[in-house]
Amino acid sequence: MTTTEASPVHDVDFKLELYRSQVALRRFETRAYDLFLENYVKGTSHLSIGQEAIAAGVAAAMRPDDWTFATYRGHAHTLARGVAMTPVFAELMGRANGLMAGKGGSMHLTSVEHGVMGSYAIIGAHLPIACGAAWSAQYRGTDQVAVVFFGDGTVNIGAFHEALNFAAIWKLPVVFVCENNLYMEYTRTSEVTAVAHPAADRAAAYGLEPILVDGNDADAVYAVARTAIERARAGEGPSLIEAETYRHGGHSRADPGKYRPDEEVALWTSAERDPVSRYRARLLELGVEEATLARIEADVEVEVDAATEAAKAGAAPGEDLLMKDVWANGGAEWRN
Amino acid sequence: MAELTYREAIARGIAQEMRRDESVLFLGEDVGAAGGVFKGTVGLFEEFGPVRVRDTPISEQAILGAAMGAAMTGLRPIAEIMFADFFAVCWDIVANEIAKSRYMTNGQMSFPLVIRSGNGGGLRFGAQHSQSVENWAMMIPGLKVVVPSNPRDVIGLMAAAVRDDDPVVFLESKALYPTKGEVPDGEVVDALGTATVLRQGSHATIATLGLMVPRALAAAEELAAGGIDCTVVDVRSLIPLDTQTILRETSATGRLFTVEENPRVLGWGAEVASIVAEEAFYDLDGPVVRITTPHIPLPAADTLEDMALPSVERIVTTIHKAMNS
Ligand SMILES: Cc1ncc(C[n+]2csc(CCOP(=O)(O)OP(=O)(O)O)c2C)c(N)n1
Ligand SMILES: [Mg+2]
Repeated sequence: MTTTEASPVHDVDFKLELYRSQVALRRFETRAYDLFLENYVKGTSHLSIGQEAIAAGVAAAMRPDDWTFATYRGHAHTLARGVAMTPVFAELMGRANGLMAGKGGSMHLTSVEHGVMGSYAIIGAHLPIACGAAWSAQYRGTDQVAVVFFGDGTVNIGAFHEALNFAAIWKLPVVFVCENNLYMEYTRTSEVTAVAHPAADRAAAYGLEPILVDGNDADAVYAVARTAIERARAGEGPSLIEAETYRHGGHSRADPGKYRPDEEVALWTSAERDPVSRYRARLLELGVEEATLARIEADVEVEVDAATEAAKAGAAPGEDLLMKDVWANGGAEWRN
Repeated sequence: MAELTYREAIARGIAQEMRRDESVLFLGEDVGAAGGVFKGTVGLFEEFGPVRVRDTPISEQAILGAAMGAAMTGLRPIAEIMFADFFAVCWDIVANEIAKSRYMTNGQMSFPLVIRSGNGGGLRFGAQHSQSVENWAMMIPGLKVVVPSNPRDVIGLMAAAVRDDDPVVFLESKALYPTKGEVPDGEVVDALGTATVLRQGSHATIATLGLMVPRALAAAEELAAGGIDCTVVDVRSLIPLDTQTILRETSATGRLFTVEENPRVLGWGAEVASIVAEEAFYDLDGPVVRITTPHIPLPAADTLEDMALPSVERIVTTIHKAMNS
């Protein structure tokens, strides 16, 4: 295996791991979609198909004790931190073997053990919360970093602006990652946003450098994330990254995404733009054997199948969970 | 024993906890060198410095988000929301995030934090700086809510709130800030979920809270002179609610009156009345009567605000009429 100039900071093994991670996220999400159509996943589900390079690339730049704050579109960000597929599938299906035993659902994936400090379904809410975790790291001198993911539509809610200013004035170790997939739910963000680059064009307002990155290139994402995380860890304060990307599917559930022009969808789903295909082609170019990649893909397939079955085998959550953990004493009593 | 104002008790209560535990931090608008807009935190900045006592921008979501993120990672922050009315601009963090995240994550996270805020009327500040919002907080599962009525309880309940592993909304009755009371020397630590019986009577029971406590006590004196002897229960803690004390004291007299500062609809007394109706109905000699602010935004003019909030006179006449009908 060779190390090339295109990857100054890491070798092919690292890239193969990054590829594996992206394939795993892709295959997890396509399976989650199937499970939704089969009514195993009830309620809702928001997929990251097409955006995997961001979750995978940023996670690769994080230390195990760093913190992720994700959104309702957070399956990928959770898995990328090393959470196993089975509890995530099971959580989507509302099973007792789910990551939160079915009490949170697809929009609230959390695994404190892996530094996944919650997935938040109120637009923008988690940006100030990530600041709080970063403040805690700063106060305790642990040099942990909080990384918070959000969408392009989120830059227009007040919490975004409060959090950015707050992080800037207190020089908090937090990295803001805006995944600009061009759309809110069903409306183009550009139609309702005063600036062309929803996050990068706002950076100056908080004394930050504008950072734009190709969000469909895991190496590029990794590189900017690494710089931003190192900066944060060194006490140099927050960064705001805008990663340009696209979701291949609709916003949620079975949304076919028909509000998007066909040519646009075709462009972004093409092999040249799709992050997983692109990364695969890059690895082949670097001299990685086709068989090596095929083996990774086959292994992931096995993992997804096994996790699906294990999740399906989970029981429904029992009544014992209903009144559990409202309070720190484990119960729900509010009166004597 | 020392005599302190309610306002001085706030700073003393916070200082007591900050001295004991380095993980207790305090943040809010103008709370540092300025000592708080109500001067409730004078001296904290000088004693604990700018790292532990932090001035924030006017960003209520950021203040409470910061408290939440700090709490989930092992600190025990106290956040100030200057006026309780301002909860309306950061309610998402309170009601959706802080309150629910332990449950949603199947107990993976803890939120040992306190949100303290100046609550209620009496200062002629008008409709956006005078609301009594304890029922906003108490109807959200996952929040504890306390309302101290005197300096001793301010310190004791603050200690209990800071030491509790759950989020506590700590509402200070603004109009009580200048009032004085005896406070024991040394550490004062109370328990959440405990009502106190401030006056024992035999004819009727008054359950009340915060600013209404001194008014209920004054009313009880007047009523006693007219032959109606009242028990006065200071509820203190709405969640957890000391239902047993309220039920016991209600059953003992056979009558219950609630005196609430909040606007009428779904004030805390409604829940208390419903519990009493379900669990002590056969001990009652007459209906539970709620004495509240009418269901209106609070007016600013002193004369109008005085008409709106339950007064000693209104408490006396309402109870008198109910007991004699
Ligand atoms: C405060 C709030 N307003 C509206 C919504 C409904 N909502 C859920 S997702 C979404 C679109 C968000 O767009 P963006 O930030 O670009 O993220 P994406 O879904 O594209 O990842 C909206 C409006 C919400 N959850 N919270
Ligand atoms: Mg978007």
